[in-house]
Amino acid sequence: MNLITPDSGLLFWMVLIFGIVFFILAKWGFPAITGMVDERNKHIDESLKLADEAQARMSHLAEEQKALIAETKAEQSRILKEAAQARSEILAQAKADAQAQTAEMVEKAREQIANERETALRDIRRQVALLSVDVAEKVLRAKLDATPEQQALIDRLANEATEQPKS
Amino acid sequence: MKKVLAIIVMLMSSALCRADDLDIGEIIFEHVLDSYEWHITEWRGHSVAIHLPVILIDGGIKTFNSKHILETGEYEGYHIAVKGEAHEGKIVRADGSKPFDISITKNVLQLMMNALLLVLIVLLCARWYRKHDALKEHPTGIAALMEPLIMMVHEMAKENIGEDYRRYSPYLLTVFLFILFSNFIGIIPIFPGGANLTGNIACTLVLALFTFFTVNLTGTKHYYKEIFSPDVPGVLKPLMAVIETFSALVKPVSLTIRLFANMLAGHIQILCMVCIIFIMGKMGIAMTGGATAISVLFGIFLDVLEMLISFIQAYIFTMLSSIYIGMARQKAE
Repeated sequence: MNLITPDSGLLFWMVLIFGIVFFILAKWGFPAITGMVDERNKHIDESLKLADEAQARMSHLAEEQKALIAETKAEQSRILKEAAQARSEILAQAKADAQAQTAEMVEKAREQIANERETALRDIRRQVALLSVDVAEKVLRAKLDATPEQQALIDRLANEATEQPKS
Repeated sequence: MKKVLAIIVMLMSSALCRADDLDIGEIIFEHVLDSYEWHITEWRGHSVAIHLPVILIDGGIKTFNSKHILETGEYEGYHIAVKGEAHEGKIVRADGSKPFDISITKNVLQLMMNALLLVLIVLLCARWYRKHDALKEHPTGIAALMEPLIMMVHEMAKENIGEDYRRYSPYLLTVFLFILFSNFIGIIPIFPGGANLTGNIACTLVLALFTFFTVNLTGTKHYYKEIFSPDVPGVLKPLMAVIETFSALVKPVSLTIRLFANMLAGHIQILCMVCIIFIMGKMGIAMTGGATAISVLFGIFLDVLEMLISFIQAYIFTMLSSIYIGMARQKAE
């Protein structure tokens, strides 16, 4: 039957034309298309991966930033605390210094006052001694007789007077 | 099943119509077979047809217009073999023997047009990719149309063949798009389409042979070992070798018959639906009207079905080819 016997003419043309079509398309047609699409698919895959990485890095960065801010804040408060501490320390130091200096000065002044008082006392005592000697002289001159008792008294007084400045 | 149904309808219709001088069987075969002219329509009693050139190789190349031989039945000592002769419908010598006939017949012209269209579309698509940076813009126009089809087959090749699929994907793509285009154009009922190219056994045989040679000329050692010396106990070895060889040889035959029979049956079914109108036309106005409505509805259904089958058959042919190639590219484990 005609239907199922392959016709030689059509076989010939089919081989020829299909061969030519295959040759043309395999050389200039399909590789260009599939190559480009494959390349594009690869590009898309890579881009997606890169985007993922970038996002991960971004979130990482945000975390880092947050950590940095927290760290800075802690540092700030530490510095402030330290400054306050330093201030109070300095103040205390200054106060202590001032107190010490005042105490020294007071001590010095007291010493000086004591010295001066002693000097003054010594002067006064000498004056009093001289005065009393003078007074005694005058008294003695008026009532002086040449009795032995009186002479002894005079001696004793004179001794006393000469001893007095030594004490 | 489909084929059987079509043949039953065909026989019934031809039985019905013979009395009314309308040979439906002949009409249908006339449409699905090859011919030396491209009959377009009848216009006021004259047939409008494209007469195609006849080329014979018979001790030198002889060419003439098929018009002469079709009108007079004889030309330069050749005539068209009538029913009952050895080469029915073909141009034969006076003694009935057939010269090597490479005439541009209806199917050959259709083949040329399809091939041209295919080359044009694929090259235009390739041109788009050359002119545009595919990394920066999405495909438009013809590239957007062809890319899904091309990548579908490309991915199929990757899946079925393995690492060196790039070597085979152009072949599979050519086969797939060629069958798909031919199937679709075959459904178009008027001139630029309509020739039953993929429903012609010569066409499908050539495609199957291309696959057969691709498979067997690029097969690995492992593949041949599996065929001629399979890994079975000694006694079974020759038996298995025979079976394997036979199976390798039957593969192209099954490819040929599957595509050919499906497309032929599809064409016959649609033609039957259309012919019902003419059969009923002899039976009064009511019958004609009813039958026309029914056959138009069924015709639409079958046309849509045929579109689906066109795609499926192209896909199956390509997929089986890729699987056969993949089997021949196997490496020993």
